[in-house]
Amino acid sequence: MESHSEVVARLRSVFRTGVTIPLQFRLTQLSALLSLMEDNEAQIADALHKDLGKPKFEAVLSEIDMVRNDICYAINNLKTWMTPEYVGTNLATKFDDCFIRREPFGVVLIIGAWNYPLQLILLPLVGAIAAGNCAVLKPSEISQATEQLLADLIPKYLSKECYVVMCGGAEETKKLLQNKFDHIFYTGSQSVARGILRAAADHLTPVTLELGGKSPCLIYGGVDIKTAAKRLVWAKYFNCGQSCVAPDYLLCDAETRDALLPAIREALEGFYGPDPQRCQDVGRIVTDQHWSHVMELLGRSKGRVVIGGESTREDKYIAPTVVVDIDETDALLQEEIFGPVLPIMALETVEEAIDFVNARESPLALYVFSDVPQLVTKVLENTRSGGFCSNDGIVHMTLPTLPFGGVGASGMGCYHGRWSFDTFSHKRGCMFRGWALERIGALRYPPYSETNLSWLRWATTTKKSSCSVM
Amino acid sequence: MEKQAAECARKAYLSGRSRPLQFRLQQLHALYRLITEKEAEISAALKKDINRSQYDTPLFELIGLENDLKLAQSSLSDWAAPRPAKKNLLTLSDQVYTQAEPLGVVLIIGAWNYPWALTLQPLIGAIAAGNAAVVKPSELSKHSSSLLKELLPQYLDQEMYPVVTGGVPETQELLQQRFDHIFYTGNSTVGKLVMEAAARHLTPVTLELGGKSPCYIDKDCDMSVACRRITWGKFANCGQTCIAPDYILCEPGIQDRVVQEIQRTLLEFYGEDPKCSLDYGRIINQHHFDRVMALLEGNAAAIEGKNDREECYIAPTILRDVSPHSRLMQEEIFGPVLPIVPIGGVDEAIRFINDREKPLALYVFSQDKKVIKRMLSETSSGGVTVNDVFMHYTVNSLPFGGVGNSGIGSYHGKHTFDRLSHHKTCLVKSLAMEGMNQVRYPPQNAVHLKRAKFFLTTRLCSCHRFACVWAILATMLALGLLIALLVVLLKVKDFCIFDTVMVDT
Repeated sequence: MESHSEVVARLRSVFRTGVTIPLQFRLTQLSALLSLMEDNEAQIADALHKDLGKPKFEAVLSEIDMVRNDICYAINNLKTWMTPEYVGTNLATKFDDCFIRREPFGVVLIIGAWNYPLQLILLPLVGAIAAGNCAVLKPSEISQATEQLLADLIPKYLSKECYVVMCGGAEETKKLLQNKFDHIFYTGSQSVARGILRAAADHLTPVTLELGGKSPCLIYGGVDIKTAAKRLVWAKYFNCGQSCVAPDYLLCDAETRDALLPAIREALEGFYGPDPQRCQDVGRIVTDQHWSHVMELLGRSKGRVVIGGESTREDKYIAPTVVVDIDETDALLQEEIFGPVLPIMALETVEEAIDFVNARESPLALYVFSDVPQLVTKVLENTRSGGFCSNDGIVHMTLPTLPFGGVGASGMGCYHGRWSFDTFSHKRGCMFRGWALERIGALRYPPYSETNLSWLRWATTTKKSSCSVM
Repeated sequence: MEKQAAECARKAYLSGRSRPLQFRLQQLHALYRLITEKEAEISAALKKDINRSQYDTPLFELIGLENDLKLAQSSLSDWAAPRPAKKNLLTLSDQVYTQAEPLGVVLIIGAWNYPWALTLQPLIGAIAAGNAAVVKPSELSKHSSSLLKELLPQYLDQEMYPVVTGGVPETQELLQQRFDHIFYTGNSTVGKLVMEAAARHLTPVTLELGGKSPCYIDKDCDMSVACRRITWGKFANCGQTCIAPDYILCEPGIQDRVVQEIQRTLLEFYGEDPKCSLDYGRIINQHHFDRVMALLEGNAAAIEGKNDREECYIAPTILRDVSPHSRLMQEEIFGPVLPIVPIGGVDEAIRFINDREKPLALYVFSQDKKVIKRMLSETSSGGVTVNDVFMHYTVNSLPFGGVGNSGIGSYHGKHTFDRLSHHKTCLVKSLAMEGMNQVRYPPQNAVHLKRAKFFLTTRLCSCHRFACVWAILATMLALGLLIALLVVLLKVKDFCIFDTVMVDT
């Protein structure tokens, strides 16, 4: 069995042959990945159900179809993305060709996460393949069924020489990181990300980090409570609250909170019926450990459970839960919850809510529900987050034309659609100079003179465009 | 002191005053005035630091800065405007865009070889993007560094852009503080330390490093022009340029000619004794003088001169038939020493380059398009100039940066603005059109799923060329028919009016 270093060395020598570079190769691999998704939809949904109790609807919408969409988007646009981008020149370089080539880095490492175990490893892979790289995939060992399925299927559909799946836990990942990669793409937690950055620093490897944090949701100004509640409930309890962009906690004034609670109850009942534990559309917490963690946070909270609160350890089930009457020191407001528990803190004004959010680390997503456009704009312009969505949740990450990524503690870099291609490409600035006009070029040579310098300054300085005819 | 500077910049940033475009434009304009009003002082400082010729200063440092400043000032409102993104069926009535926002407080660590360009060019982007910045010029170029510390607060908002001077301990202290981006120019050893320090706070970095930039001279090229351009690039700033052609690769058959041409050019540029030429620089200090001289051991020079440690003067030195295993070929030279490594042809040159770390720049001199194409597509480097040196650096619409060991990220012009911004994804929706949303809510069933897929699925574009041509033809035909119809209608109308007129008369 090959060691990590042997695998990486092998991939590097394959990359050097240039086999991943031609457009046709990339399109073939992307089409093969598409076939993998289409031929195995049932098995994939099954594995996701085993890992997370994920309902088929969620599996299709948020995992399978998201990957399929991105593959199609890449196939449709790859030729354009690969075309050199010609750029403007100055007077001294008017007759030269200046363009940007997007070139693969080489061998990239993609480390997936367990909450969307398919999407979070295959979406980056689409970008890596499209950009012409070889890749090592390291799916999360926590979502075991999906990990195993990927290890089985990827070599069956994709080029075994260029793309390798490596399984294992923290120790294995550490060993893997001792090798030099040309880009590392990691989705997961901040604490592990620090270790990855340090390992990457040893080899000067560029890194994309898709992390998390507490994504706040603000509700202020007039709002259609029923619709807001539905969208909020959908976004919060999707995948049992285990989404990096789930609204983590809610800020609103007391009156809104009081109006919201019955609307949330109604939405929950409409979605999951009177007994969510028996509803097929409700997921489960991924492991006992994660279940215990969420329950422990709930236990330490000084708030009052007003909706839900039921749980079953054996089933890793936690009911959709809402907690109120908390203050900023509450356990539920200190770390990312990553579960179906929604704390609501009452702050009377949107200004207080903005200050509260700004006093904390930049989240991956920030949500505002309001019928007042000026209020939405105020929050948008005065807070910082990876992404922003008003009057809905999560959906901003479903468009392949929008970059998805964090800022500050929630991550660095972004992907989806063309952004994935760019993330895995080196933008190489190229200039082709002619041999002619050496007389002009000679102005730059020693022995230097004031006259020559004046001419050169004139030829190379950007001028303010005063003549619109030219 | 370093902690204070970081805190001062953070406080200034949190005041929000760096965000309005008006403030940024004012600061950019002030920086422009600094470098134009104080050109003489800057030249004098550079002369003391590195014996920089007064003409090299504008050419290599100031013109680039002036261009970037003018570009930033004229384009800032475009750069900072929302950038719309394509919508899907579900978001047709929504606002979908990205918005560039400042990162916060940027740490800029400059280098000594072009102390003004390499410190201020990142600052231009930092200001344009609305950030605060702590500026740490290199202590090795101490006259430039003190001058910058004196001048920057006179022109710019001194709380927003504090300057910190000092050496290694001061830099290490700075790196303990939390920044929102660290922009470092220097060598890869320190680059790794910067990235490691940044890891603690999950701070993104831009590293502009170096390496050995190869220069391939094909036998099919205008040798005399090629060698003039290479000589200019190699010996400017006494070889202390991160994108200087570090070494030459060429076939043994043309080696003699290359040496001859370079020798002729050196005479033309610097005269018999370059030490006396006003246009020839010096090594930054005796430590680097010793470093470069040590690389020469074991190699006989084809062209050399009398070096002077006291004056940090190293004569232009060319060595031929250099072995790939010699010391000269193990690390970046960063001095006026040019080794020529003979290789069998373009295949061997490509292998040679690919066996080594990715360089910051690659230079290819050839009139054969096939050779150029191969060099470009079969190697990797930060940037490339074909048939010249340096020039890709001078076009600010090209991103300038390294890859692999030569760096992470890129800048110049708009690329700096983008690098030092966070591009926030924004989806601004209303609570209307809730009907469409019903398809995603539980209870879930096959019908809902089908409907949801209809709205969300990207379809493969299987447009054959024939189909596209047919579509275009059909459109033209339809337009033609429409125009014909309009003409007929107008004519009928005229006829009716004419008729009426006739009847009236």
